[in-house]
Amino acid sequence: MGSLLQPQIKALRGLFCILFVLLLCCFGGKCELQESKPLEPVDSSTVKPFQNHNDEPQAFPDMERENLPVFTMDYPRIQVPFEFTLWVLLASFAKIGFHIYHKITIWIPESCLLIAIGLIVGAIMHSVKEEPPAVLNSHVFFLYMLPPIVLDNGYFMPTRPFFENIGTVLWYSVVGTLWNSIGIGLSLFAICQFEVFGLQDINLQENLLFASIISAVDPVAALNVFEDIKINEQIYIVIFGEGLFNDAVTVALYSMFVFFADMTVVESTDVFLGIARFFVVGIGGILFGVLFGFAAAFTTRFTHNVRQIEPLFVFMYSYLAYLVAELFGLSSVLSIITCAITMKYYVEENVSQRSCTTIRHVVKMLATITETLIFFFLGVVTITTDHEWNWAYIVFTLVFAFIWRGLGILVLSQIVNPFKTIPFTFKDQFGLAYGGLRGAICFALAFTLPDTINRKDLLVTASIAIIIFTVFLQGISIRPIVEYLNIRRTNKDLNTINVEIHTRTMEHVMSGVEDLCGQWSHYYWKDKFMKFNDRILRRILLRDNRAESSIVALYKKLELQNAIDILDMPFGDVSAAPSIVSLTDEKKETSRPKKKFLAADVRKMHDILSKNMYKIRQKTMAYTNKYNLPDDSRTREILIRRHTSIRRSIRAQSFRERQAQNISQAQKYYSLQPGGDLESAFVLRRRSHGGSQLDRLSDHLQASGVSPRSSSRSMLPTNRLNTITEVRNAADQPVPSFAKPHAPEQRGPEGPSFTGREPPVAAPRRHSSNRSNEEEGGQTEPVPPPQLPPPRVWMPDNQDTGENGAGNPLLRQSSQEFGGSKRF
Amino acid sequence: MGSRASTLLREEEIEEIKKETGFSHSQITRLYSRFTSLDKGENGTLSREDFQRIPELAINPLGDRIINAFFPEGEDQVNFRGFMRTLAHFRPIEDNEKNKNAAATEPLNSRTNKLLFAFRLYDLDRDDKISRDELLQVLRMMVGVNISDEQLGSIADRTIQEADTNGDNSISFNEFIKVLEKVDVEQKMSIRFLH
Repeated sequence: MGSLLQPQIKALRGLFCILFVLLLCCFGGKCELQESKPLEPVDSSTVKPFQNHNDEPQAFPDMERENLPVFTMDYPRIQVPFEFTLWVLLASFAKIGFHIYHKITIWIPESCLLIAIGLIVGAIMHSVKEEPPAVLNSHVFFLYMLPPIVLDNGYFMPTRPFFENIGTVLWYSVVGTLWNSIGIGLSLFAICQFEVFGLQDINLQENLLFASIISAVDPVAALNVFEDIKINEQIYIVIFGEGLFNDAVTVALYSMFVFFADMTVVESTDVFLGIARFFVVGIGGILFGVLFGFAAAFTTRFTHNVRQIEPLFVFMYSYLAYLVAELFGLSSVLSIITCAITMKYYVEENVSQRSCTTIRHVVKMLATITETLIFFFLGVVTITTDHEWNWAYIVFTLVFAFIWRGLGILVLSQIVNPFKTIPFTFKDQFGLAYGGLRGAICFALAFTLPDTINRKDLLVTASIAIIIFTVFLQGISIRPIVEYLNIRRTNKDLNTINVEIHTRTMEHVMSGVEDLCGQWSHYYWKDKFMKFNDRILRRILLRDNRAESSIVALYKKLELQNAIDILDMPFGDVSAAPSIVSLTDEKKETSRPKKKFLAADVRKMHDILSKNMYKIRQKTMAYTNKYNLPDDSRTREILIRRHTSIRRSIRAQSFRERQAQNISQAQKYYSLQPGGDLESAFVLRRRSHGGSQLDRLSDHLQASGVSPRSSSRSMLPTNRLNTITEVRNAADQPVPSFAKPHAPEQRGPEGPSFTGREPPVAAPRRHSSNRSNEEEGGQTEPVPPPQLPPPRVWMPDNQDTGENGAGNPLLRQSSQEFGGSKRF
Repeated sequence: MGSRASTLLREEEIEEIKKETGFSHSQITRLYSRFTSLDKGENGTLSREDFQRIPELAINPLGDRIINAFFPEGEDQVNFRGFMRTLAHFRPIEDNEKNKNAAATEPLNSRTNKLLFAFRLYDLDRDDKISRDELLQVLRMMVGVNISDEQLGSIADRTIQEADTNGDNSISFNEFIKVLEKVDVEQKMSIRFLH
């Protein structure tokens, strides 16, 4: 691995150097180039030789004065976008660099690394006496840099756990931030009263303002660490939500305190007004967000002909929500978050798959690059600004920040724990408190302090100090500390493999049953909202409002449609799935010599299992990992494996809906005689489904298994991922296709009384009925054990064709037609 | 679409369910409201698609098995009684129940019954034995795609070897109980149902 890395690292270093040099040249060079400009128009306009209006010696020789300049350079024209691009590229290269050596980012959070690189660049710039770009004024930050970050937070927020825990989240973020700000502000003010520190000119309002800036924590960075220690989903979402909402609270508090800072006397009415304003700002922001979210959803209802610009609407509407909230002085952060949450659900159903992917990628990209830039500039600016250092103030700030956050979490948890189903333990609380790194918002707000504050430099320095301190110290140390606290008591080797497997089974079962039961107390409201949603909202906002199973939505979301396409390709070299030949082989062996397992083998097994067994309920965490898109590979694997059984229910469902809508057309199927034309039957079925995506999906799935037209697809024994179904042992295989004719007859008596429920009913019943068949010896042909590997893949397909509800005749036709050609 | 089953839960039914499963009155009503919300066809029973509509269950590796466990052998509809009967397995064992007299039938949420539920997840053909294949199927569902079949096969072999005491190359229910005797099944397989 070392040799592999060396050229890459060398290349990167080279790139870095080139980029640095380029940047410096630009900065250094621009002064010279600017002066060359006035020469050119002079040259071309007059014919006067040897005369120039400048005093310096002529830059160009005579003969070229009248000719067309072949090579020109006009730097000032492109200066701003050029420098911007270079900065962005530099920050991105830094990011690439970190990830080349993977281990770095595990131990040192990215923000640290970015600040470090920023510091280096800042040092270089300082030494050449260059000023950093004026990125960090209020205008640029609040209008251009903050929205992408917040949009990312809002868009990728896992809504269900969030709303389940919304009380807790709001409690910690709002009350916690208030507690922190007021606590830190008051204690700092107390410190300022001591004359010895020389801080007496900082009054209470300014202290409070400063405190509100530094209580904006960004615990999301610490979440990466918490993921590895199997943290409870509830705690996870509280940390995530807190990071999200205290941005909003901080910004609101900040604007309030800025206002107060200008006033010489603060009366109690002002305080009440401040509180009232707080609520107005919050609720107003949410309202605007919801409004724009619905507008975006409604717009995407009509965009099916202009798919290319679909992603644009997401961005424009959310940005609009942000700006309009800013216009009215409301909480723009809340506005854009609610807009994203509202919009996402409906938009993702209306737009095409590609647009959906594009939106996600662009949101992530913008957010990542903006945050990278912010941390980077933090490093740069640290070196280049004028600092005012006051030991007392800064040290006490740090101390109080720690103390108040810890106290706050403790007190808040004590108050709220009795109301929660899963109380926060002390370990959780410690994690929550210690994970309070300061982040981008804190930095930006510090720079936007109004100049009327007389000790502004000190406050800025203190902010930077606390950010760097928390990011470096807490960021680097949180992982070892958390891992230390979570030492496993039991020695893993004492666990038998049995215990490991069965406990994991049980955990999966439990999480499944919990999800099934829907364990949350706001259930009543959620139910009401879902009814409202189904009845009214979906009709208005969605283009194609069919009550789809959320599984279909999942399929589409995960682009499984594409995956299934690939699976169905002839000779598709699909998988990941290893061959399962051994399965049938094993059955034949009656006596196998007992294998001897060494301790080393067992340890290896433990290792394999712990690395590869699916952990429970990872989806929340996959969504909130800040630097990556949600990782749905595991979901995909599971869904692909289950897709046959899911497909069954999708088709049954879609059929049932069709059933409800047009019974008459369905009747046509039943009357199809055994000798009837299969092709026409399929055409009939296709047409009846219209063009909805759901039906396309189910049609496609069905077609891949059965359709005579796609013969090339259906012929092959695809190496599908081993789709798991309810197949027992290989010996007990439910009948292969050509024994199917029994099944329809068994359903004969029920045929005419066909209700929508028949299809799914038939399938499992066939299991037992087929088995009883086998036992009775009612089989016409002996059932040879399938030779080719994935019998269990094909079995369900054939069973599926049975209960597509399009009648027994269809089934018999297909099975007879394909019985021979399929590779049984 | 068929006759509309009564969607109201009568008091006698609640009492019966209470006796059979041990849930409290409020738990039963809450679970009933969950049942009705899952029951999109509104006919008083749930089918498999109703379960599969729950997205978290769809991406649960053992989703199919869990759903199957709700349906009694060969049936495809489950009514509320059946639903509660299955859920009763997951009720936490309370202390006062541990001292119930032996004459009473074993409550649904006893340790043995919980283990039986887990056992039945593996043992699809209900022959009271977990064969190597059944074990392999469940294992395959629970691991990612990176494990080869040979590895999985040897893990399954080892599992059976550890548990099998009578040499029939499969795990019977008693062997299953024995192998998990040190595990806190009561706590692992219990849900704190909200009151």
